[in-house]
Amino acid sequence: MRISLFITCYNDLLFADTGVAVVQILERLGHQVTFRPEQTCCGQMHYNTGYQRETVPLVRKFVETFAHDEVICSPSASCVAMIRDHYWKAARMAGDAELETKVLEIVPRVYEFTELLVNKLGVEDVGAYYPHRVTYHPSCHSLRLLRVGDAPLRLLRNVGGIDLVELPNSEECCGFGGTFAIKNPDTSSAMLADKVRCVLNTGAEMCTAADNSCLMHIYGSLHRQRTGVRTVHIAEILASTRTGEAKTPTFTHATPNEGGRE
Amino acid sequence: MSVRVGSAATSSPFPKAASAALDDSQLRRNVKHATDIIQLKRKNMTGELPDWEDLRTAGHAIKNHTLRYLDIYLEEFERNFKAHGGVVHWARDADEANEIITGIIKRRAEREVIKVKTMTSNEIRLNEHLEENGITPHETDLADLIVQLGEDRPSHIVVPALHINRVQIREIFERRMPLKELGIEELTDDPEQLAEAARRYLRSKFLTVNVGISGANFAVAETGSLVVVESEGNGRMCLTLPDLLISVVGIEKLIPTFQDLEVFLQSLPRSSTGERMNPYNSIWSGVTPGDGPQEVHVVLLDNGRTGLLAEEESRETLNCIRCGACLNACPVYHQTGGHAYGSVYQGPIGAIITPQLQNLEHSKSLPYASSLCGACYDVCPVKINIPEILIMLRGKIVRESQSTFLGKLHPENMAMQAMALVFASSGLMTAAEGLARVAQFPFVHNGTIRHLPGMLSGWTQTRDLMPLPKHSFRQWWAERESKRNREQQ
Repeated sequence: MRISLFITCYNDLLFADTGVAVVQILERLGHQVTFRPEQTCCGQMHYNTGYQRETVPLVRKFVETFAHDEVICSPSASCVAMIRDHYWKAARMAGDAELETKVLEIVPRVYEFTELLVNKLGVEDVGAYYPHRVTYHPSCHSLRLLRVGDAPLRLLRNVGGIDLVELPNSEECCGFGGTFAIKNPDTSSAMLADKVRCVLNTGAEMCTAADNSCLMHIYGSLHRQRTGVRTVHIAEILASTRTGEAKTPTFTHATPNEGGRE
Repeated sequence: MSVRVGSAATSSPFPKAASAALDDSQLRRNVKHATDIIQLKRKNMTGELPDWEDLRTAGHAIKNHTLRYLDIYLEEFERNFKAHGGVVHWARDADEANEIITGIIKRRAEREVIKVKTMTSNEIRLNEHLEENGITPHETDLADLIVQLGEDRPSHIVVPALHINRVQIREIFERRMPLKELGIEELTDDPEQLAEAARRYLRSKFLTVNVGISGANFAVAETGSLVVVESEGNGRMCLTLPDLLISVVGIEKLIPTFQDLEVFLQSLPRSSTGERMNPYNSIWSGVTPGDGPQEVHVVLLDNGRTGLLAEEESRETLNCIRCGACLNACPVYHQTGGHAYGSVYQGPIGAIITPQLQNLEHSKSLPYASSLCGACYDVCPVKINIPEILIMLRGKIVRESQSTFLGKLHPENMAMQAMALVFASSGLMTAAEGLARVAQFPFVHNGTIRHLPGMLSGWTQTRDLMPLPKHSFRQWWAERESKRNREQQ
């Protein structure tokens, strides 16, 4: 399958390794990854902070950039939620019916990375090996907006060598919330303190999630306190292998046509 | 017309008020303890119903429909309430409602009132107005009584004294109740003893005061009925013992038919207190000769509500049945408690109701007092999409600010405009990424950023930031592509 990668602006700038990991995994599974360099930002920060007018050109840009792609994948749950839940609203607000139609047409082809693997490609074992104690934080947007359910956990449970420990009170927000962390730094920090306390209580070396934005926030406190606990995007765990070479993946519930190699 | 929502117009902005609340260790422990318990009870009680999601959908549909045709249902309610001997008053704002209520009480030359828990009366600051007119209000809901005696403010729409623990309650009772007169020699913080003290204190009020004031959870258009649900029975006392009963009811409390209660009398108690049913469900339709209050009034309050009816998204705000589930589920509320919201309506629902009732003239920090985590929407029994409404309100606030010269020059607006420009072109974005890599240089020490200037300092006051990596993803991709192309040639 040809999969077009929407890396998102902050992953591009701050977390290139996540993008590299996504490419490695998808190619290891036999898919062809394309990257359209015209892409920029989904507009979530603008939209959620109230700069919705300023978001409309970015909606247009996204729709134009990815118009002809069969499958669009992004390793950021919150950016996918932005596209899925808010793009049509932004288009409607701008009074652009044509854009709204284009949005509704493209949205079913946009997948969050773990969603793509488990729900679209039917893969739960990507042949990864990661000998670390890891806890998983279900980010709010993957949990409550995209409803990815246990897709990320299914992928993690199939990782060789991993010691996956449950995060207490996992469904509570880490306090990032985009500009919330800057506009309400005290409350955000208090929320983060609770999250970090739970992470530390697991004894994990790594905290993972499907969103680098939340992980950047959690990292901020873990590092400030010199806890030695790291954050890592789920794609980077899934890209790790015992030998550095691909293992034959297991296709669990998709037909070979849907999930197999091309 | 002047809309007033408690003291919201003069309250501190949320970040400032929250900062003070966060330093109160006792408050934070009390809030966490209480919300943990209520959340668990709610989860169990909603989880046991196979049709819970259907109840939410039905509640949403009934409320949406009612608000769409509110004018018709209000008039239907008025006709039916009058037909049963009740008196209907219409109040455009808080002042009008207060004048109407004190007018009725003064005609009977009464000097005291007993109150059933009513948020709406807090919204219009009825107690202050009564006191100014020489009328003494007695709160009879235990939590409201604690707040009143403690000269405090409610911190939760269902559990007003959620921020206070029993040790603190004992202290308030000791200080404010004539315990000796009530026959209590020594008061401990044992809940039963505290409840007994409150019972003795309130009993004399119930038996002597001749005016009851209530709100209503629902107003049924079809039958002209008002409905109050509660746990203690103190409400039932206020609704049945006095000769005069006045209910102040927001116009959004209407539901079309008696059968609609079937939905809400299931979803409200399970959402609010985690009970299958409220212990006391009082429903009255006008006057019953020889039984209960013989003079019954209802004050239908607008106070900014009609301003929310025009737009579909705003209108959804009025679906609220005041269950408080969104407060209990909110990670922001968990940390700050309710006072930080500066309003009689706290938490996520307060963050959308308070500013909208005031036509976005005050409380502009409230729509930003959320990380948009979505927990409130998940638990709402009438499916108010609170995060969406928060975002919509942010949009209105930004656009209004942008329409002024100073707003245009605000650093946040300038930064957002600059970023919008950069994101418009991948070339500019690549250039900006390169620039950022250079600009971060003075802030990176030992491989980490521990201090950032200006607006961004909010981040680094408690959090480190990782410096930008040497290469962006797009650079890695471009290099890989060119390498591949070379190999193929």
